[in-house]
Amino acid sequence: MSATTTAMSATTTIVTEGRGVSRHTAGRRRRAFGIGKIVSLIVLILAAVFALGPLLWTVTTSLRSPADAFSNPPQWIPFQADFSNYTAVFEQIPIGQFFVNSVIVTVLIVVGQTITCTLSGYAFAMISFPGKNVIFGAFLATMMVPLQTIIIPVFLIIKTFGLNDSLASLIIPALGSAFGTFLMRQYFMQMPRELGEAARIDGASQWGVFSHVYARMAAPAISTLAILNFSGFWAEFYRPLIFLQSQSNFTLPLGLVGLQGNLGTGSISVVLAGVVIAMIPSVLLFIFAQRYFIAGVTAGSSR
Amino acid sequence: MSAPLTAPHAAARATLRGAKPSRPVRRPGARRTARREAWFGFAMIGLAMLFVTVFTFGPILASLGLSFFDWDVISPPTFAGLANYTRFFSDGPVLQAFGVTICMAIAIVVLQLTFGLGLAVLVNQRTSKFGRTFFRTAFYLPLLASTAAVAIFMGYLFDNKFGAINYYLGLLGISGVPWLTSPFGAQVTIVLIVVWQQVGFTFVLFVSALMAVPTDVLEASSIDGAGPLRTLFRIKIPLISPTILFAAVIALINAMQLFDQPFIMTKGGPGSATTTATIAMYQTGFQNLQFGYSSAIAIILLLLILAITGLQFLASRKLVFYQ
Repeated sequence: MSATTTAMSATTTIVTEGRGVSRHTAGRRRRAFGIGKIVSLIVLILAAVFALGPLLWTVTTSLRSPADAFSNPPQWIPFQADFSNYTAVFEQIPIGQFFVNSVIVTVLIVVGQTITCTLSGYAFAMISFPGKNVIFGAFLATMMVPLQTIIIPVFLIIKTFGLNDSLASLIIPALGSAFGTFLMRQYFMQMPRELGEAARIDGASQWGVFSHVYARMAAPAISTLAILNFSGFWAEFYRPLIFLQSQSNFTLPLGLVGLQGNLGTGSISVVLAGVVIAMIPSVLLFIFAQRYFIAGVTAGSSR
Repeated sequence: MSAPLTAPHAAARATLRGAKPSRPVRRPGARRTARREAWFGFAMIGLAMLFVTVFTFGPILASLGLSFFDWDVISPPTFAGLANYTRFFSDGPVLQAFGVTICMAIAIVVLQLTFGLGLAVLVNQRTSKFGRTFFRTAFYLPLLASTAAVAIFMGYLFDNKFGAINYYLGLLGISGVPWLTSPFGAQVTIVLIVVWQQVGFTFVLFVSALMAVPTDVLEASSIDGAGPLRTLFRIKIPLISPTILFAAVIALINAMQLFDQPFIMTKGGPGSATTTATIAMYQTGFQNLQFGYSSAIAIILLLLILAITGLQFLASRKLVFYQ
């Protein structure tokens, strides 16, 4: 956007404030604010450069030949893209296997938590049963507990069941979630109770009311929870580090760190090709479901 | 959004499909209905309850119990009383790890909130939908990378000999900044990297809070002659203060658990400069096999997080303005 159009639009900007309500009250501050507008745009663009720069560097460097990868200045536009790193990363480590492992772990946790949290969130919001508030309070209290505080006992449980060094050790402990329950409950709480009552009078069962009326209306909250879980567990490093030993079970973050360690500084561009591959699913998901990512950020703040 | 629109259809379908032939509803059976409803409630929370009990409630109690024992996994645990806790308060390296964590966490929270709020205010003043979507995407993208991936590529960028950052600083006449090779440099680098990745989170929170500030309030202040800065500090920031508190609490809880970036980039070094509380806990537990002591550190970290969060709420009682 050029500076002139920015300055011109500044007069309307101050009164509309992004809400489409136009009132011409601030005309006399037009000029001063026009300059402020340009400065603010420059600051924003600089911030965007800092935010995107390292990511762009990662992508373009993954397309340089291994010999050139660490030579400065960095090459910001890949004029001669070299895709050999992307084949090399598959040859040097079982990144295909890591990818499959990550998909299995993440998908099963997302599906599992969607089921358990939708059921429990609905019960806490809509059904009355003895001890409900106490149990829900206990759920809420665990949300502040760091993962590191419970990791040793969880690790011991995993070992007891003979699940250590397996994908199941990552999946099973993550199938229930206090936060997910909380998130779903908040959403069900906003729904009108009359709908369920009407369906009950028409003879629907308790389960029928849930599955045919409310669960269908909960699609936005379910999507938000699924997206939150996907991005969280896809990126997870701490539990895999502790639970997994053999390379064939590694998920992507753990595998990539291993790749970096094994290869030393020689093949940066190969490591970065792996990093890019690991990011592709998140980026694709973000492109298609951006609003659920944004909803996920704000989801907790309604507490 | 389509949910409210489809609702009546769903209800209608429910009566067609999920329903048995309708019987007249009788009130006298109310107690039985309540009991059946209760059983249905228990059944619905059953699965979540099972997993949360086994993998969260139980482990919290187990950690607490384990912290009173000495245990190396191989020989049977022996009761140690409060020995693990008294040991903590005389364990220089672990105390230092907690100190480092608190300092880095404060730096992270302050920078993350300042940048997040500043950028959100600037974006909020723009009308163009394109601009707003563009900047939101730009600031959110770092969150899509895993912390491990960020630690890897930032490690290359901050390399003090070959890294692109020192190359560009060299063009400005600043050469050879020891980002990851000096203790203070490593702490600064890790703070910067966490802020770089997390700022999009606070940014998105603040943008949506600012959008929710009622227009009439802003118009009133504008009519009364308040300039943009005055409106920001006297109207907007007080109105979104609950969101600021929430962001501060979340950011602090996360920062107190900082592990991935220092573990991958510096292994807690150089020396022990970036050994955070969770790295110290990992070393005592999973490397030195002192599970009892590691559990005691874990419980102390939990109490510290609870205490700091409680303090934040108390301190903000005067500052936060709930509508």
